[in-house]
Amino acid sequence: MGSIAPILSLKDVRYQWPGRASFGLEVPDFSVAPAERVLLLGESGSGKSTLLSLICGTITVKSGVITVAGTDIASLSAGQRDRFRAEQIGLIFQQFNLLPYASVLDNIILPLRFTRLRRARVPAPRETAKALCMNLGLPKNAVSAQAGTLSVGQQQRVAAARALIGAPPLIIADEPTSALDAATQATFLSLLFAQADEAGSTLLMVSHDARLAEHFDRVIQMSDVSEPARLTA
Amino acid sequence: MILRLALGSLMARALTVGMTILAIALSVALFLGVEKVRTGAKASFADTISGTDLIVGARSGSVQLLLYSVFRIGNATNNLTWESYQDIASRPEVDWIVPISLGDSHRQFRVMGTSKAFFERYKYRAGKSLVVNQGAIMDDLFDTVIGADVAATLNYDVGDPIVVAHGLASFVEHEDQPFRVSGILEKTGTPVDRTVIVSLQAIEAIHVDWRSGARIPGQSTPADVIRQMELEPKAVTAALVGVKSRLQVFGLQRAINEYPSEPLLAILPGVALQELWQIVGIAETALVAVSGMVVVTALIGMMATIFSSLNERRREMAIFRAMGARPRVILSLLVLEAALMAAIGAVIGLVLLYAGLVVAQPLVDAAFGLWLPIEAPSLRELWVLSGVVAAGAIVSMLPAFRAYRMSLADGMMIRI
Repeated sequence: MGSIAPILSLKDVRYQWPGRASFGLEVPDFSVAPAERVLLLGESGSGKSTLLSLICGTITVKSGVITVAGTDIASLSAGQRDRFRAEQIGLIFQQFNLLPYASVLDNIILPLRFTRLRRARVPAPRETAKALCMNLGLPKNAVSAQAGTLSVGQQQRVAAARALIGAPPLIIADEPTSALDAATQATFLSLLFAQADEAGSTLLMVSHDARLAEHFDRVIQMSDVSEPARLTA
Repeated sequence: MILRLALGSLMARALTVGMTILAIALSVALFLGVEKVRTGAKASFADTISGTDLIVGARSGSVQLLLYSVFRIGNATNNLTWESYQDIASRPEVDWIVPISLGDSHRQFRVMGTSKAFFERYKYRAGKSLVVNQGAIMDDLFDTVIGADVAATLNYDVGDPIVVAHGLASFVEHEDQPFRVSGILEKTGTPVDRTVIVSLQAIEAIHVDWRSGARIPGQSTPADVIRQMELEPKAVTAALVGVKSRLQVFGLQRAINEYPSEPLLAILPGVALQELWQIVGIAETALVAVSGMVVVTALIGMMATIFSSLNERRREMAIFRAMGARPRVILSLLVLEAALMAAIGAVIGLVLLYAGLVVAQPLVDAAFGLWLPIEAPSLRELWVLSGVVAAGAIVSMLPAFRAYRMSLADGMMIRI
């Protein structure tokens, strides 16, 4: 990583869920370089979701600093954090990623609705969405389909297209392949990587599945990053 | 795009949303329907008598005079002597005058003695005249013309005999002078429907053998003898008066009210109807209030369904949040959905109203003589409709605010 400014960095981060004295998260130092592909391995309950919520700014730290693309998240207001998330981060969840009643197209361009900056990078949203769908191996007419009618594998590709559109600097994927079978997993990942490379986006994936490790630049255990804390604060 | 998403979301929950919309539509149709009936009833009521400038009777209250002379409710406290009647009739301002003599009945219907001029002069619903549906206006002394309700209730046809009873709830009948139905009037929606009309002379004829409200024992004058008699009434109950120029109405009214030889009262029917409606109108307010409550109930039902849908929609909210939507967006999405449901409901309600009107208009007119006009929605109705949409948006604020707080707490992760 060296002298290049990291796309994501966490320093001395401490978080405790309100009203839950026993459970918290402590991250002394963790950073991801631009265009890096990082796999964060951890069992459920190891604080992965909390960590992602912190990075995305839907929850805020008690102490420590989180910077995404050079911006200290804590310095932003709640509304600014929401817009910042739309601008900087593309998100893919484990499953049920899409608004089932909306069309595939509307699902893909949804994040553009909440940020002018990212929308400006996509002059022709419809065509871009179509191209992304093609590149991710979705059927040609898929954009006009209702999202809920697609198979789980197809839905994950749509979710990937949505994360990729407008080329956000950071793509975060939370167990995106756990609902897919082994063969589809590999295809999905290679398509995702190809598109992330094309967009120049950094990819941070969280999973419990160590078999995915071979696809990544760097693999980190959740337990190395954080101390699922016995917090005293 | 948000609108498209809101519509998509509503469509995805077609059944519950459809039921909610149906409830709103029915309540809106009911409310507007009640409004229609209310304004229609008010207009019909005000149109019970038109074209008459003054109603003259013995001095009492204006509402009372209106009630017994036009609506045939209650009784006259006193009569108008034939001398006074002729005195008024001969005044220069008077264009026409129609006498009304009440006091007898046939079954549950009032018998009214009048002149033939009644059929020309009595107008209702903005100048409509009485129309004889079957038969003809009475020609003979013992002929009678009956209203549509009388004919329908008692199943009378032209030519049927009628025996008039003395007084209003009496078993003493004028059976020695039976009448014959000569004509049946068309339905008007006015008290004329419930009236048995005879000539003024006929009223005198059936009372030839009577003195002071009782039969003279043993006396029974044959009908052909009666026909030879001079049947001039000594008094009438009231009179309808038309003036030559509208400007003379108030002058004539004052002159009659100050009539020296007898205490008389002249009223303007329109004003008296207004006074009467103020009494009757309390019921209409209650009706509007009840149908308004039905609309409120439907909107609260919508609020309840939104509340109950919140939990199953947490995933959806989390997706919105993850994509960078502020909690405010989720609030406005829910309010937008509610406003859409209310708007669709209001429009369907309006359609239901017009469909109902098209079907019910002739039926209501025939059954109740109530004319419900089919016309473009009034400004007031448009206000009601937009009020429903606004109220829908407002009541949805409650569940929407709850969703706001939920999505603020959930963020992009759902923890249950």
